Amino acid sequence: MYAAELVGVTKRFGPVLANDGIDLAVARGEVHAVVGENGAGKSTLMSILYGLHRPDAGEVRRDGTRIALRSPADAIRHGLGMVHQRFRLFPGLTVAENIVIGAEPVRRGRLDRAAANEAVAALSERYGLRADPSALVGGLPVGVRQRVEILRALYRHAEVLILDEPTAVLTPGETDRLFEVLRTVAATGVSILLVTHKLAEVLAVGDRVTVLRQGRVTGRFATSETDADELVNAMIGRSLAPSAPRRARPPEGDPLLEVRDLTVRDADGVARLSGVSFAVRPGEIVGLAGVAGSGQRELVDSVTGLRGAVPGVFLAGTPVRAGRDPRVAYVPEDRHGRGTAPDMSVAENVLMGAQRDLASRWSLPRAAVRARARDLVDRFSISAASVDVPIGTLSGGNAQKAVLARELTRPSQVVVAEEPTQGVDVGVRERVHDLLRTARDEGAAILLQSSELTELRDLADRILVLYEGRVVAEFPGDAPETDIGRAMTGATG
Amino acid sequence: MNVFEWSFLAGVLTATAPVLLAALGGLLCQVAGVFNIALEGQLLWGAFVAVVVSDLTGSAWTGVAGAVAATVLFSALLSGPSVALRADPIVVAVGLNLLALGLTAFLMRQIFGSGGTYSSPDLAGLPDLGELGVDVPVLREQSPLVPVALLLVAVMAFWLTRTRSGLRLRAVGQHLDAAQAVGLRVSGYRHGATLVAGALCGLAGAQLSLGNVTLFGEGMSAGRGWIAVVAVMLSGVRPGRLLLACLLFGVAEAFGFRLQGAGLPQQAADAAPYVITLAALVLAAVWRRKATREHA
Repeated sequence: MYAAELVGVTKRFGPVLANDGIDLAVARGEVHAVVGENGAGKSTLMSILYGLHRPDAGEVRRDGTRIALRSPADAIRHGLGMVHQRFRLFPGLTVAENIVIGAEPVRRGRLDRAAANEAVAALSERYGLRADPSALVGGLPVGVRQRVEILRALYRHAEVLILDEPTAVLTPGETDRLFEVLRTVAATGVSILLVTHKLAEVLAVGDRVTVLRQGRVTGRFATSETDADELVNAMIGRSLAPSAPRRARPPEGDPLLEVRDLTVRDADGVARLSGVSFAVRPGEIVGLAGVAGSGQRELVDSVTGLRGAVPGVFLAGTPVRAGRDPRVAYVPEDRHGRGTAPDMSVAENVLMGAQRDLASRWSLPRAAVRARARDLVDRFSISAASVDVPIGTLSGGNAQKAVLARELTRPSQVVVAEEPTQGVDVGVRERVHDLLRTARDEGAAILLQSSELTELRDLADRILVLYEGRVVAEFPGDAPETDIGRAMTGATG
Repeated sequence: MNVFEWSFLAGVLTATAPVLLAALGGLLCQVAGVFNIALEGQLLWGAFVAVVVSDLTGSAWTGVAGAVAATVLFSALLSGPSVALRADPIVVAVGLNLLALGLTAFLMRQIFGSGGTYSSPDLAGLPDLGELGVDVPVLREQSPLVPVALLLVAVMAFWLTRTRSGLRLRAVGQHLDAAQAVGLRVSGYRHGATLVAGALCGLAGAQLSLGNVTLFGEGMSAGRGWIAVVAVMLSGVRPGRLLLACLLFGVAEAFGFRLQGAGLPQQAADAAPYVITLAALVLAAVWRRKATREHA
């Protein structure tokens, strides 16, 4: 008998068949990975299991019994817990309050804070999930917030725990710790459903894997009997091309981007970057590694001109101009904030920055705008119902391809990319990498900031490590991951 | 002029009470994540209904009850569209403020036969605490709603932090989706907060028209509801700070009366509380900015 089962689940959103007769079964105490590309139907499936969506056909079973899920409250009652990709936490409440809410201990009509704190401390202890019960959640680092989410589910006696892309926001060290926790939790008999894109993780922590593609199950494997290639095949229906040769030609010529002794202070006068110097030459990709908040944001903002005309940043030998220097192509991490205007159409979004090329004296000819957009949509294989739909309705991967389409077609020689493949599936990831390599081979100087070391090692010629605002180490692109990881923690030598 | 005599403090409390009651309602909505700027309209509506009911029945307490009930109904016009139908509460509230202004003026002519100000010997005002046997100098000439307002500050502070439903309401206001995901009945909390705010505004209106004075005048809320909105924003959703912000307005208004007595033109005296409160808002914003900087 399975702890949780989805049987023949079908869900349709308008014309889109998100789930098509999916069967998925999780045994007690098992870590079960669910993988698939964006739009493969993973999120829909998990939402059905957590009572957020109702299936058009099929059923959900717990311990072999059919259950009806009308809301998350029903799911919680049936022992299901979910850790969402975007945390569902209350920043102004304490850790303990966040965990007990919905099932608060009450004594004589009042909230029993002592009991809540005790319960949380006991759970923390039991599963090795450290978190101070009385700390306000708003001030906690992402890794700890995630622990709070997991603790909440465990506090509500979740016997099936769903985690949606839990490692997307974590550093490599935090990821390892999370996996230890998941193993501990699973060992107590809790079943874990791990939704992810990252195949290395599946193989590291999963017991079994279910692969989805276009709303259907395309593979079921025991992780001990499969490998990444087989999983990729099931996910995208083909094998990935072997990674491209490192380069077509060596970097040469004067640096297109040069940073000399750059120091940036925040509003309080605290140095966020101190004495940073490096150069990126035509045809070179320089990677930027570091734990979150080490000065990456400040560096990117300085180089793109978003921080104003910061002294010490030079583009092709001349100082950077304030307010998004047009000589820089910028692929921001925040896809729906900086990257796109989600409510505006695909055509308008890919036009931004190039509008002057198309504008006649008084107006922007719509036909030309749409023709240009259609061309980009084709060339960058963006799947969108039309160029007139709001870009916010596209999947993360397609929105990202649209951002790249806009930025890489600018007449810019310097490209700054922040987390360009965050939250996109392997197929898109491969495509994004190809695009960056092509730009490099055409002579662009690329600064690539990523929290994924594999990505940096795949693409970068050199990797700079930022720690507390300083470049503490520089590695060749093929340096061992452990060395880079160690430098990221500030360890010297 | 002695600022520290009892009658001045009494004047401060009198001026504070209606603003405080309305602001408590505003705070509740703020906690629930509904930005309620309809306090002004609800206050005016409450003041009007209190006078009408009191005039018809000859009982001030029936007037208070009528005001509370009618303002709860009125606030349903805010909670219905903004919570259930997801309309923008600001837009709805602007409509309600205009509605209250027009509706009270219209009904006043229908019921009392003339506009402007209505007062009558039949109109029963709220009793003074002195008449009820309370012999504290500051409270002697206050209506019973004044200590109720002060007490409600403490009740609100306790309820928000120490009870289950208070915690849940705060959660709903902070993150709607998260509250839904942990299984809370989100709409219920938001409707509840808005309707209770209506009840508090009804009390505020009754205090204004049957406590502070015993009459109804067109537009007599005179911006007090807006001051309450400002107080809510200044308070950082803490009831204690809300009380301070409202007291500040009370002091300014009582001071304005004094200045008027001392020969300052009435217009300047009338403007004083608003000017002082606005200045305080700016100062508080500057301080808060500084504080967050030091924090970061």
